[in-house]
Amino acid sequence: MSLSPIRKISGRAVPVEGDDIDTDRIIPARYMRCVTFDGLGDFLFRDIRQTPEGKSKNHPIDQVQFQGATILVSGMNFGCGSSREHAPQAIVRAGFQAVIAGNFAEIFFGNSTTLGLPCVSAKKEDLQALTQLVTREPATQVEIDLEKLKVTAGKLSFPVTMKASAQQGLLSGRFDAIADLLANLPKVKDLAARIPGPTSP
Amino acid sequence: MGKTLFQKVWDRHAVGKLPDGSTQLLIGTHLIHEVTSPQAFGMLRDLGLKVAFPQRTFATVDHIVPTDQRVEPFQDTLADAMIKELRKNCADFGITFFDIPSGKQGIVHIVGPEQGITQPGTTIACGDSHTSTHGAFGAVAFGIGTSQVRDVLATQTMALSPLKVRKIEVRGKLGPGVYAKDIILHVIRTLGVNGGTGFAYEYAGPTIEGLSLEERMTICNMSIEGGARVGYVNPDQKTFEYLKGRPYCPKGKDWDAAVQEWKQVASDPDATYDDVKVLEASEIRPTVTWGINPGQGIFIDEAIPSPEDLPEADRSSAREALEFMKFQAGQKLAGQKIQVAFFGSCTNARVSDFVEASKFLKGRKVAPGIRAIAVPGSQGVSKVCQEMGIDRIFRDAGFDWREAGCSMCLGMNPDQLVGDEICASSSNRNFKGRQGSPTGRTLLMSPVMVVAAAVTGEVSDARKVFSKT
Repeated sequence: MSLSPIRKISGRAVPVEGDDIDTDRIIPARYMRCVTFDGLGDFLFRDIRQTPEGKSKNHPIDQVQFQGATILVSGMNFGCGSSREHAPQAIVRAGFQAVIAGNFAEIFFGNSTTLGLPCVSAKKEDLQALTQLVTREPATQVEIDLEKLKVTAGKLSFPVTMKASAQQGLLSGRFDAIADLLANLPKVKDLAARIPGPTSP
Repeated sequence: MGKTLFQKVWDRHAVGKLPDGSTQLLIGTHLIHEVTSPQAFGMLRDLGLKVAFPQRTFATVDHIVPTDQRVEPFQDTLADAMIKELRKNCADFGITFFDIPSGKQGIVHIVGPEQGITQPGTTIACGDSHTSTHGAFGAVAFGIGTSQVRDVLATQTMALSPLKVRKIEVRGKLGPGVYAKDIILHVIRTLGVNGGTGFAYEYAGPTIEGLSLEERMTICNMSIEGGARVGYVNPDQKTFEYLKGRPYCPKGKDWDAAVQEWKQVASDPDATYDDVKVLEASEIRPTVTWGINPGQGIFIDEAIPSPEDLPEADRSSAREALEFMKFQAGQKLAGQKIQVAFFGSCTNARVSDFVEASKFLKGRKVAPGIRAIAVPGSQGVSKVCQEMGIDRIFRDAGFDWREAGCSMCLGMNPDQLVGDEICASSSNRNFKGRQGSPTGRTLLMSPVMVVAAAVTGEVSDARKVFSKT
């Protein structure tokens, strides 16, 4: 599909602190009983943000000074666990445009890239500095430059990393591979003819 | 220079390079279920696309199915809408659906091997992270997201970058009461929950070769809990014996030809690996998790570690885990009261799991007040267990014997923890909220250890509980 290239993301950032934020925490399985992704944004981080009874835990995402934030900042191994695309879908549908974390679980990273949700990895000390800065000054504009692989926030500036094919895909607007895959369908048919699938009983 | 199985299978299935530098990979077999496929079919319809190779996609229903009351419509209207949607999608696009009335329904990772759909040397994809299970047969199997489910439906391919390969060699003899589940929990604890990111794990060595196919599935199943998207075991004679005669396998002369081909896909003796780790089987003891990720495990006779004694990177997660689990550093898990025992999931709900546990359960009773459920992984597993009288052993002991499904492994169906209940579970994830209650507490362990916990009402060393057997 021809999509717009994504070169820079600018906006305010909100911290979701902790390492190993798994996909069950991003969206608990009980909210995945659905046949579309509509409305999933409402359940983003449900159990981090609310008690079982539905009372707000006053998580930064729900604090007034972070309303309108478009960048999530978290810890190591973000998105580990299940392959559910419901997780990045919930993040996108809640209005977020990028995630900065220590590193990302592989399937989550791929799912996010396909949706045009850039996930960039930063060093632990840089993440801590960014978390402190936006906690202290929530109005800080954070900019992620995907070309230079650099994050700038106020006086803070640090390098980030991203898998080359994902960076290339986002910068060229080809992060959703479907059009490129479809273009090769004749070649796929040739190869598939040589590699049989399961035999019908 | 020799090649690994991963490299051979990758090279054989590569269609070509894509503009972003990734590879377009042919997916030999695609498995789908009700949770991650409906949106993919929706995208397909929006784009006006067809399913390119419908005979290469197989469907079943597992995550949302109730395991007690199977009458439709399901009480949960959302779950009911999901099964109906899958039926419609399979009918519209000509996909084989192992639906409830077929007698072949079950957890997708149990149904594939059972039907002989899972075969060596192929690529498999499914919108579920435990797809790595199929690697037990020497397939390269990927868990994928819904957009990739769409890609595979529309083109039978997806865009991927090659993985590095880490050989995990397990040597020596497992002690009595130590199982495949303990091996993989030990691997994850040793290499870390994200130690496998970017890698395919090749499980090898004499200990792995000595395991049955079902035990190998348990190990490959949890690769993703160690961060590895793909895990596999080289196919051997046991693999071929397990598959022979299964419905979707080649027959007659085609079978012989297939076996010859499958023998070629195993890693060459002189293959080079990006990394090699060696583990001694004799050092592994029955393992139980104490925390909120599958790497937070201890041997049953060990104490829960103090966060200060762990590597710096693991400390904050350990503190969070102790607070959530309401456990103390230094505490042993043996003797910890449980409220629920769950025997099931794609990790441990195959015939051999039930057979092994039934040897110890026979003639014993579930401790008073413990909610114990046994959920066969498929209708096929259930049928065999009934023919062998295994279900009777579980029922007589006080287990609730259920219909096939994912059940209490994840909170998507009526089988859920309540409040902060502690569950001895043969499943794969102990994440916060995983078993349906935001405060529920999951202790992962082998099926035999689940049975030991069920009969004593507390976490117990199965080797001691069953020593008289």
